[in-house]
Amino acid sequence: MTETTDTTTDPDTTRPVAYPQNRTCPYHPPAAYDPLRTGPPLAPITLFDGRPAWLVTGHTLARRLLVDQRLSTDRTRDGFPLTSPRLAGIRSRRLALLGVDDPEHRAQRKMVLPEFTLKRAAALRPRIQEIVDERLDAMIAAGPPADLVPAFALPVPSMVICALLGVPYADHEFFEEQSRRLLRGPLPADVRDARDRLESYLGELIDGKRTSPGDGLLDDLIRDRLEEGEIDREQLISFAVILLIAGHETTANMISLGTYTLLENPGRLAELREDPALLPGAVEELMRMLSIADSLLRTATEDMEVEGHTIRAGDGVVFSTSVINRDGTVYPEPDAIDWHRPARHHVAFGFGIHQCLGQNLARAELEIALRALFERLPTLRLAVPAQEIPHKPGDTIQGMLELPVAW
Amino acid sequence: MATGMDIGIDKDVCIGAGQCALTAPDVFTQDDDGYSTLQAGREDGGGSPLVREAARACPVGAITVSERVG
Repeated sequence: MTETTDTTTDPDTTRPVAYPQNRTCPYHPPAAYDPLRTGPPLAPITLFDGRPAWLVTGHTLARRLLVDQRLSTDRTRDGFPLTSPRLAGIRSRRLALLGVDDPEHRAQRKMVLPEFTLKRAAALRPRIQEIVDERLDAMIAAGPPADLVPAFALPVPSMVICALLGVPYADHEFFEEQSRRLLRGPLPADVRDARDRLESYLGELIDGKRTSPGDGLLDDLIRDRLEEGEIDREQLISFAVILLIAGHETTANMISLGTYTLLENPGRLAELREDPALLPGAVEELMRMLSIADSLLRTATEDMEVEGHTIRAGDGVVFSTSVINRDGTVYPEPDAIDWHRPARHHVAFGFGIHQCLGQNLARAELEIALRALFERLPTLRLAVPAQEIPHKPGDTIQGMLELPVAW
Repeated sequence: MATGMDIGIDKDVCIGAGQCALTAPDVFTQDDDGYSTLQAGREDGGGSPLVREAARACPVGAITVSERVG
């Protein structure tokens, strides 16, 4: 490879890398991040609006700073780093769970935690398997070819989170579309409108459940927390929005991008087919490699001395999980897929108090979905050349926009 | 020679991520609220080589491990 960066330049005087940028290959970090990958663990970046911020790129430093309570995840704070102009319009309202700091965060997480334990994820496995089998039956009956995103990757986690929350899956077209607009706009007005629509929908759903309860997590929260006065209707709606979106968008992207990655790496796929016992480790390695939630965003609440720099109160701090998870000091040959490596200490689910609440459910869904997909369709292949398949832009959760497959 | 481990779980810090129980299921589990707890009879780690790995996997550093000597 040709060395293109001028290594004699003082890093402090080089122009900060613009962040975020689009991936070229959907499962590798953008090539423009290469200087960040070889540089120090903390680097200055420039956000889309020209604002400077700090980017954490080192694995050890990331694990240290993600538990540092001087970094806030409350996006209503001045200085909160935005990765896209469309997010400005929804900054004024705090998000439940992932947008609140302790001690409030701890109280909120405690309310929903029993539904997201390893035991609960294990108990849901038979239902996940049924959903996966039904979706594959339908896709096989209708195809080939098929677009794997709407046929499989999206409906599987969508149906699982609906069953868990007690949201009617019949409404999936509505809430999937609003989730898409909330996460990707394109316009700021789309984001705001999508949020308002989702809140109205879930508010009405909650009102209906108060008179005719079901057996989902939302019903439990209504009975145990809302009716007891522990939370109000607005807070419960915020919970519902976060859980519904986080519950289907992220896993859907992992299934679509994971499938693409496996099809593009047939040697690794063959290993998995030969030895399905590798699958749990493979899910961790795919989480590490794909790092679909690539930007974790924080604001410093006080001055901090870090790696020879002063992060000032009000500075934005961004954690690039794709770069952190390819730290060569932790993962030898970080760009290579290796099912046998210990990948578990990746930060793809985050780290610290906000580490993904649904991670154990996500692991179960990914294992079951990927295993069944490649077992049922041993000749699965991309239906068009890989480079023609569009993936998501760099300022949102990473994944495939569509995934045309045949078998 | 070490005969076991002293394993501490700070329940005020634990967020119930389940990483310890996922890493060393013979030693750690989650209670009904979702927080980390030690499996009955495995309070000394049961000789599991995965206990330190479980502590490292904890996203909030809620687990402390020390060798018991003698």
